[in-house]
Amino acid sequence: MAEPTIYELSSPGRQGVRFPEPDTPQSPLPTEFKRKDLPLPEVSEVDVVRHFTRLSQKNYGVDIGIYPLGSCTMKYNPKINEVAARLPGFALTHPLQPEDTVQGNLYLMYALQEWLMEISGFAGITLQPAAGAQGELTGVLIIQKYHADRGDTKRKRILIPDSAHGTNPATSSMSGFEVVSLPSDDRGNVDLEALKGLCDENLAGLMLTNPNTLGLFDEHVVEVIETVHATGGLVYGDGANMNALLGIVRPGDLGFDIMHFNLHKTFSTPHGGGGPGSGPVAVCEKLVDYLPDPVVTIVDPGDEETPPLYGYAHPARTIGPIKSFQGHFGMLVRAYAYIAMHGSQGLRNIAEMAVLNANYLLSKIKGTYTLPYDRKCMHEFVVEGVWEDAPGVRALDVSKRLIDYNVHPPTNYFPLIVHEALMIEPTETESLESLDYFADALLKIAEEAHTQPELLHEAPHHSPVRRCDEVLAAKQLILRTGPKPNA
Amino acid sequence: MFTPHTPQDVEAMLKAIGLSKIEDLFQEIPEQYRFPELNLPPALTEMEVNQDLESIAHANGNTSELLSFLGAGAYDHYVPAAVDMLLRRGEFYTAYTPYQPEISQGTLQSIFEYQSLICSLTGMDVANASHYDGATAAAEAVILAYHHFRGKRTKFLVSRAVNPQYRQVIRTYMRGNSEISILGDDPDTGIDASMEKLIAQIDANTALVMVQYPDFFGRIIDYKPLAEAVHAAGALLAVSVNPTALGILTPPGEFGADIVTGEGQPLGIPLSYGGPYLGIFAVTNELLRKISGRLIGQTVDAAGELAYVMTLTAREQHIRREKATSNICTNQGLMALASTIYLSLLGKHGFEQVANLCYQKAHYAANQIDRISGYDLAFPDIPFFHEFAIRCPMPVDHLLDHLRAYDILGGYDLGKDYPELEGCLLMAVTEKIHKDDIDLLHDALLEVTHG
Repeated sequence: MAEPTIYELSSPGRQGVRFPEPDTPQSPLPTEFKRKDLPLPEVSEVDVVRHFTRLSQKNYGVDIGIYPLGSCTMKYNPKINEVAARLPGFALTHPLQPEDTVQGNLYLMYALQEWLMEISGFAGITLQPAAGAQGELTGVLIIQKYHADRGDTKRKRILIPDSAHGTNPATSSMSGFEVVSLPSDDRGNVDLEALKGLCDENLAGLMLTNPNTLGLFDEHVVEVIETVHATGGLVYGDGANMNALLGIVRPGDLGFDIMHFNLHKTFSTPHGGGGPGSGPVAVCEKLVDYLPDPVVTIVDPGDEETPPLYGYAHPARTIGPIKSFQGHFGMLVRAYAYIAMHGSQGLRNIAEMAVLNANYLLSKIKGTYTLPYDRKCMHEFVVEGVWEDAPGVRALDVSKRLIDYNVHPPTNYFPLIVHEALMIEPTETESLESLDYFADALLKIAEEAHTQPELLHEAPHHSPVRRCDEVLAAKQLILRTGPKPNA
Repeated sequence: MFTPHTPQDVEAMLKAIGLSKIEDLFQEIPEQYRFPELNLPPALTEMEVNQDLESIAHANGNTSELLSFLGAGAYDHYVPAAVDMLLRRGEFYTAYTPYQPEISQGTLQSIFEYQSLICSLTGMDVANASHYDGATAAAEAVILAYHHFRGKRTKFLVSRAVNPQYRQVIRTYMRGNSEISILGDDPDTGIDASMEKLIAQIDANTALVMVQYPDFFGRIIDYKPLAEAVHAAGALLAVSVNPTALGILTPPGEFGADIVTGEGQPLGIPLSYGGPYLGIFAVTNELLRKISGRLIGQTVDAAGELAYVMTLTAREQHIRREKATSNICTNQGLMALASTIYLSLLGKHGFEQVANLCYQKAHYAANQIDRISGYDLAFPDIPFFHEFAIRCPMPVDHLLDHLRAYDILGGYDLGKDYPELEGCLLMAVTEKIHKDDIDLLHDALLEVTHG
């Protein structure tokens, strides 16, 4: 049933929350600045709570069931994270408080910086970027300034594999670079010969996701990185798939120069219906001075009686701040809690179980669904959602039918290099029973595709709404509502 | 803990894959780098991590213990209990981007309502689903204007009275674009409220003029003459707002703004040491197709029922790749939801009430401080909202240190960003401050200054 909008629930004279009358003498606002009308809804607290509760019931989340959205790492979000981030000592601190009044915050950020550097094998880090895409922007701006400061101004080209996420090319061109697409070889790796042909004195860098969006670890990753380094380019690592590497290998050890983390993927901070994320960026030794301003440091190491004093440092060649204040601090608290609960072995266990789950699931559906690159996968894999003997059925239909089985669909039509792609990432927090249920659903749907294709075409049947008309939405462009005309 | 696998499960799964041990899954990793021992503290239980974090949090002084007059871009407002109770629903916070509208109507409709509320508040035609924060929203306005003129207009004028952090972030974002110049915020242009020097710099090469409302010093300035000059030159006017002020002030849509950006944190989002916050972004209908970031639109489903979907996605990075105008991927979904719930709860009357309380209390505080000998309003004849600059009789850092002895966070030292305002303190007053608190501040200042 359609839920009315909050404006439709409005009735003149209602108010959800009241505030006290002013306890100070009154100063009039000059009339030329006074707003004539404030067209906000008028609803009671009960109206508001029921409205948004009913809306929430039209959503699917990790707390409801498996959410195998490829490259998004929709793992379970521990509840202690939510409690911790809301502690008044964190939630009620102002970002411009004097440093000696926020030693707890600064300690937490310093520790998280140290831990993330240790996990990834880098020499410096910023916690400021708001999300993965902003981490990429930070990294690419560092590449740009590094070359510029060395007077190496010819370097205008960034190489990006054709399997990469769309933010990689968008970020590079936004930063003034020319983007050149790099083909994949027949095993899903970067095509080394093509790479060698594109490496010259105009190369600024390579953006590489490893494992890539096919869920494959590049078999020549060290050689790829060495090839770029040999001609003076830098290698940026998109850390979207870091969940597969925790305690398995450190990107810094492989030779990456820069990498962003997605705390909302790898380190369990919730995805929030599309943000807020958090995208710290780690760099190698020679790029430490280019990090965004500021970074957290130990100002005074203290001694046996006095604890260290934490504060801010301003990197010498900084690209400048990339957002307001110090980053998504609330997300940093959650990531800190998560890493603290795992330790070295616990983190490795996350990656191991994530990769085990993906390979187990793959083993159950391989043969029924075509696997374009027949290799062991890392934490995710890509299959084709299409069959020659089931004409008319597409990957999208498979996805929509999964909704009827109470499973969130995988990522569709990405990466672009796979025909009718279904990109599946179960994550480590799914149990054997959950994976078996999901695999059975996929197998049943493959059968339905051949025997009752209309079940797929018309799916989903059991969701709050049926398939939505996206063409109509773009045509009519109703992007807002407002007060009822006679309200 | 969060991995449910028993040893028997692992064994069965390995067998199904055809492997004998977990390590076999990682043979493609270069052997010399495989399985590094990470130097991290030993794993804690949930109880221990809770205790650890409580003690870390306790090492901070927070705004419930200290009397805070800090603002300068982040404001300590009361957040009604229902906001957080609703945000904690797992269906909201453990969902991702609403790629599958059939099972994401909760997120989609609430963002549609968010877009609507932001339009109501700003007087603009269209709002997007949000950017990261006030600073990045301002940077996106510059990017929009650059693309609007297809790179042919290269001058961007940003008022010196725009938040200094926003101006820095704009410069960071535009680093890769060597053709453009960002001007208007140099000491020569100044912070004069008449806008004359800023207007004098507008020419046919100007793409965008950006001002803040109220400005960084809390001042309410009539931007109508500026808007006329901007439009006469064919340029765009961007106004960065404090949304709380729009509870009582004329919205920018009524004085000619083409783009409205702003920091949405005051709308029910905790201070949380700087984030996550909310980047407000709204435009006129003319700029609708130039807007970056996510947009939610109304449609119908296969059964003809009303539904909501992401729309105009062809502009976005996952389709356009290097041709996209912005790399933004997510929005601040949960923060947009918080502000939607907040604005709904307060509504037409409550939101105006909060804005008015801020205005009244700030004016009482300013008057009380202005009466102390040695303290003067830095901009005595200019209207202000809930933040004001005070010229102090001693170095601001000394004054702030003295106030700390009274458990008072006095405000923001403007001399850090504005040499011309050396000795000036920026103070913010919200509805949470009582008259008694202001009197306490007054007495403390009196004592600190005159013994």
